[in-house]
Amino acid sequence: MADVKKIATRESYGNALKELAPKYPNLVVLDADLAAATKTGIFKKAYPDRFFDCGIAEANMMGVAAGLAASGMTVFASSFAMFAAGRAFEIVRNSIGYPGLPVKIGATHAGISVGEDGATHQCCEDIALMRTIPGMTVIVPSDDVEAKAAVEAAINHNGPVYLRFGRLAVPVFNDPDTYKFEIGKGITLRDGKDITIVATGLMVNEAIVAAEALAADGIDARVINIHTIKPLDEELILKAAAETGKIVTVEEHSVIGGLGSAVADVCAEKCPCLIKKIGVNDEFGQSGPAVDLLKLYGLSSENIIKTVKEVLGK
Amino acid sequence: MELAEKRNLQKVATRIRLGVIEGTYNAKSGHPGGSLSIADTLAYLYWKEMNIDPKNPKMEGRDRLVLSKGHSAPALYAALAERGYFPVEELKTLRHIGSMLQGHPNMNDTPGVEMSTGSLGQGISAACGMALAAKVKGEDSRVYTILGDGEIEEGQVWEASMFAAQYKLDNLVAIIDNNNLQIDGPITEVMSSYPITDKFTAFGWNVIAIDAHDFDQLEAAFKAARTVKGKPTAIIQKSVKGKGVSFMENQVSWHGTAPNAEQYEQAKAELNAALAALD
Repeated sequence: MADVKKIATRESYGNALKELAPKYPNLVVLDADLAAATKTGIFKKAYPDRFFDCGIAEANMMGVAAGLAASGMTVFASSFAMFAAGRAFEIVRNSIGYPGLPVKIGATHAGISVGEDGATHQCCEDIALMRTIPGMTVIVPSDDVEAKAAVEAAINHNGPVYLRFGRLAVPVFNDPDTYKFEIGKGITLRDGKDITIVATGLMVNEAIVAAEALAADGIDARVINIHTIKPLDEELILKAAAETGKIVTVEEHSVIGGLGSAVADVCAEKCPCLIKKIGVNDEFGQSGPAVDLLKLYGLSSENIIKTVKEVLGK
Repeated sequence: MELAEKRNLQKVATRIRLGVIEGTYNAKSGHPGGSLSIADTLAYLYWKEMNIDPKNPKMEGRDRLVLSKGHSAPALYAALAERGYFPVEELKTLRHIGSMLQGHPNMNDTPGVEMSTGSLGQGISAACGMALAAKVKGEDSRVYTILGDGEIEEGQVWEASMFAAQYKLDNLVAIIDNNNLQIDGPITEVMSSYPITDKFTAFGWNVIAIDAHDFDQLEAAFKAARTVKGKPTAIIQKSVKGKGVSFMENQVSWHGTAPNAEQYEQAKAELNAALAALD
């Protein structure tokens, strides 16, 4: 894995906005004094007259985005996940979600891989918050290729979209030449019959690594990449539940309300099976290097391997 | 303003007030007080000021009104119905299940409603976005938003105020309906937002203070706002909550209470008498 290219999905986001700007002349971008960090600064540098800094005022930014969208503009509103989904939740709910305005929220620095900034900035609640809003599409890209494809899909989706990006550089494993992104369609990356690992975001690559190691131990694990948490690809999840009977979910988010909960919801109603959720347990993060934090909080291929073996009683 | 024109606007405003009473009575709930205080302003905006077409509510380049104080929806609905966006008869369905007239405005339900509002402090941000969109598109359309004097206690209003000044939104007019009362009492006792004019001036706005129930002053203010370049305008209108219905005027209890049958008849009688006096 040493020579695998690594890119943070926030970087992919900024690059995608810049690359797509000529194709979508109505595209404007808002940020809340974090353009350098969210990477919307890449767009700002290329298209300064289509970029509007809202200052440190995320609530107003979401309302402005709603007004722009109501006037026919294609608008991305960016901040850290903590402020985009957390601080501005009620504005997103009432000014964007309720009228169904097609605002695209580009939320970066999600999860504990924010690293050294610590718990105040490590948002592990955003998927839960956003998926409770009727009509909100929630997308968590796993790498550079998927992130860029998701940005364009969001532009072409006539409704609000929450896009969750990370700060940490992560391996690019999808092949840009063959990759196809469709909102709401999960991707089976590896077939398997013993158990299914359902992962999202930067945990997808860890799931692939884990499945390869498990194969060497004689365990045949299926790996599904769920890049769209809402609407969830229920068909793919239920098929996996029926065929493998056991599911392990993996996400860099609270185990309350995120991917694991979404998968458990659908399986509980339509195909009950054993589900084990890996994520941030009911606790806050802390300061530290991102890679070390991920390991400490069990968001690693090692913990996936351990958990799968426990579930299978091996 | 010519006397005949003023008389006509006064009649329109009185019919809007009758619509407020009709709606809240039939709903057995709603917010008559703050609806009655903005009736004259809505009459001026929809009959004199705004470039709109009720037959084509989504007309390109139209002016827009965002009712940031969304609880005054009964007045907005009455104005829109009176202006021809939908039949006046609809007002009786206010707040009923399945009605196009939700308790607070929803842009997807009601022709002429430009933004879903009701959670206070949010409409002004959307209005900023609309004003910015007009600038980006090179349209000369204008955006109006009405806020309550209690509503401006919300921090988001001041975030939006900074934004409007920063981006020189001179196509934006915010009307602050200063009726001095909020749900829990006079704003001076609950959480004073005074001095309102000084605050908007300090935030970089062009500020005009008027009497909300004087059409000459409304006309002068909206005309003056059009001449200002590089700054948004705030019109601070001193108003009477419950205006036009004697027993509702300046009574905080009429913020969110509907009239009963007896009060409904009395309010209608008073407003119909006012209408007759204008003939």
